Amino acid sequence: MPILVTLAAAGVVALLIYGVSAQSPNRTLDELVRRGEDPPAPQATRLLPVLGAHGERSLASLRGKVVVLNFWASWCEPCALEAPLLESAQRSLERHDATVLGVTYLDASPDSEGFVRRYHLTYPVLRDTTGDFAHSYGTDQLPESFVIDRQGRIVAISRGELERSFVRRAVELAERS
Amino acid sequence: MRRRLAVWVCAALAASAPGAGAALAGAAVRQRTSLLAVERQVMCVTCKIPLQEAQSPQADLEREYIQGLVDKGESEAQIKRALVAQYGSTVLALPSAHGFDLTVYVVPVVVVLALVLTLMLLLPSWRRRARARERERAGSAGGESARLSAADAARLESDLARFD
Repeated sequence: MPILVTLAAAGVVALLIYGVSAQSPNRTLDELVRRGEDPPAPQATRLLPVLGAHGERSLASLRGKVVVLNFWASWCEPCALEAPLLESAQRSLERHDATVLGVTYLDASPDSEGFVRRYHLTYPVLRDTTGDFAHSYGTDQLPESFVIDRQGRIVAISRGELERSFVRRAVELAERS
Repeated sequence: MRRRLAVWVCAALAASAPGAGAALAGAAVRQRTSLLAVERQVMCVTCKIPLQEAQSPQADLEREYIQGLVDKGESEAQIKRALVAQYGSTVLALPSAHGFDLTVYVVPVVVVLALVLTLMLLLPSWRRRARARERERAGSAGGESARLSAADAARLESDLARFD
């Protein structure tokens, strides 16, 4: 009997530990980037619906370009603050075979489309309807941005509102690579 | 007689107006979908609390979206499917049945089964132990009488004989 109780208690504790670790955001990518290991962008071939249009597209379809992957939602205030910065970066990036790729998360498409119109965004935007794509990047707060080089590796991560230096770094990478 | 007449009248009315009956049933079905009914079953995706209790701009956007679908005459199931398509399965108040969320459904079943199994294993041994204890008690009572000395036994006999 005491063995059964011990086993049951151990099971409950294991379940709790697993639950907590599964819910907490994954920071493996941040660690690898900090160490300069430039990990490959996760779920690059995953097809996501295109916002405001029919069809699907994946990150892998942009292979060969420098990509500033930006997770956002229409209800997120910092996303609204950084939207003009990203749009102006898009104009510079386009000239060097690079692009911003927006991915909406936890956002209804009519609201996202309204946001795109309000901030005159011209870069492509995909919808992460399940949240799995965002979670594979350890995204748990918005906005979050990732610079992906022409080989599909993550070279920089920004969690929170973008800083100009982060965007400048992405443009510089596009210019010299 | 009057009751029988009323039954006949009702039957005749029901038979003559099946379309009206269906329309009434349809109206009842449509009435069942309301913002409040859906609100109870979904979450505010940014505040992580039931939408019914949430007070935030995002909660209002979700309510607006649901109300739009309610106005279109969509059913609860259709509205929930549309919400999942927009916000993912996290919008549902009930956890999904895969990944870690599955434990919500599996653990209670496992716990009940484990309890039943434990009882099935323990009950027979408890019963056996209780029976053995009873037997022991009965045996010890008999043993005590057997342990009476000859003098005590004689005295007990004489005492009992006095009551005869």
